[in-house]
Amino acid sequence: MSGPLDWRFMDIVAERSGQPIATCYQCRKCTAGCPTAFVMDYDPAQIVHMVQMGQRNALLSSQAIWMCVGCETCGTRCPNGICVGRINDALRQMAVEEGVRVGAPAVYQFHRSFLNNLRRFGRVHEISMIVEYKLRSLDLLSNLDLGAKMLLARKLPPLPQRIRGRQEVARIFETAGAQGPAKPPEEQP
Amino acid sequence: MSRAYAFYPGCTLHSTGVEYGVSTRAVCRALGVELVEIEDWNCCGASSAHSLGGELADALPARNILLAQPQARDIAIPCAACYGRLSSADRRLREDEAFRRQMEEITGREYAGAARPRALLDILTSDFPPEELRARLRRPLAGLQPVSYYGCLLLRPPQIAGGWDDTEHPVKLDRLLGLLGAEPRPWTYATDCCGASMTLNRGDIVARLVGRLVDAAEDAGANCIVTVCPLCQANLDGRQGRRPQPMPVFYVTELLGLAMGLEEVIGLFGRHIVDPRPLLRRLGLLP
Repeated sequence: MSGPLDWRFMDIVAERSGQPIATCYQCRKCTAGCPTAFVMDYDPAQIVHMVQMGQRNALLSSQAIWMCVGCETCGTRCPNGICVGRINDALRQMAVEEGVRVGAPAVYQFHRSFLNNLRRFGRVHEISMIVEYKLRSLDLLSNLDLGAKMLLARKLPPLPQRIRGRQEVARIFETAGAQGPAKPPEEQP
Repeated sequence: MSRAYAFYPGCTLHSTGVEYGVSTRAVCRALGVELVEIEDWNCCGASSAHSLGGELADALPARNILLAQPQARDIAIPCAACYGRLSSADRRLREDEAFRRQMEEITGREYAGAARPRALLDILTSDFPPEELRARLRRPLAGLQPVSYYGCLLLRPPQIAGGWDDTEHPVKLDRLLGLLGAEPRPWTYATDCCGASMTLNRGDIVARLVGRLVDAAEDAGANCIVTVCPLCQANLDGRQGRRPQPMPVFYVTELLGLAMGLEEVIGLFGRHIVDPRPLLRRLGLLP
């Protein structure tokens, strides 16, 4: 851990995530059940503790907040009803808003490519989404074998499905943005 | 008996989860169930909307709930992730008036609470008496020893997605497979995560999670894995790497179709990444 403490941090994150962060007493059940704790620089129980201790900078630039897969195991098992996944969502959004250097750029670029694709067509079209992700992340060579198998099995349609309600989807992106960071940011922080 | 549901297929059912889409429609047709696709539905936002988008996570799926209102039927949702997102949005529409008004204004449609999002597996195991399913079976799946794999979002978080099966130790899929004549194997990994949301950007992590699940299935004495989510299936089927003996991964609806003798379902097995046909032939379930 490093950097100055921010004593308002816990209240801000609790408000944004809707989670009763102050009630955590470190039983560590969240960490025991977390499928990706083994690749996190801070494990789920540490993330909660660091939020309590105002470790804003260390958390927002951490890799851990991007390694969460949103499986809901932590929140389901927490005796105090805290979902660390919701906390990670709030921390990711704060990291992007504040222009912090993202701790796991590939994960961020994937979500951004996914949302851009969704906004463009109304439904996600895998091939164009993957192309955007690869250009953004410069992760050009991964998954080529699996992609080839999927193409051979005719599982990657060449053309997108465009819905008629794309204007409604565009408005959802705009208005949801008034209450939260709905718009995927345009530049890599 | 005639039954009808609104239908939310989700983006993957015509692409990476094509077998799930075809087999779901075929099985429902054979059971006399009408699936009325929600017209002009949009993507639910999946993992990305809640990761980056705040309110988007409920607002995107809420549009689909509003589009389904005129049908006034339960919404059948095959994908676990879509089911979780639509269930969360439906709850939000019910409880948060400001959110509901805003979504009604954007879509020009009214919310009447008349279209409840339900998981396809819930519908198959709750709305059909076992005798009714048994009467349709043509070919019991003798020798098939599956483990039931629910993944994450079908039953979690329980306040939103649960209620129709046990959160930590679900049993309904085992019972359904038993009804088809298969012999489900007990294991403790039914609701462990396969990591599908990171499959594109962190294949290394996902391969490790998938490897652990397939190892556990082998240890349980299973000869296949049964899934109820297109993200789980694509991930488990596609990420076994160079295992000497990769394990076939089925959708529950494919096995229903096979047991019911539906030709269009039997034609799907050639599109899996791990070819399940050698196993099915060995068991005498395919010619």
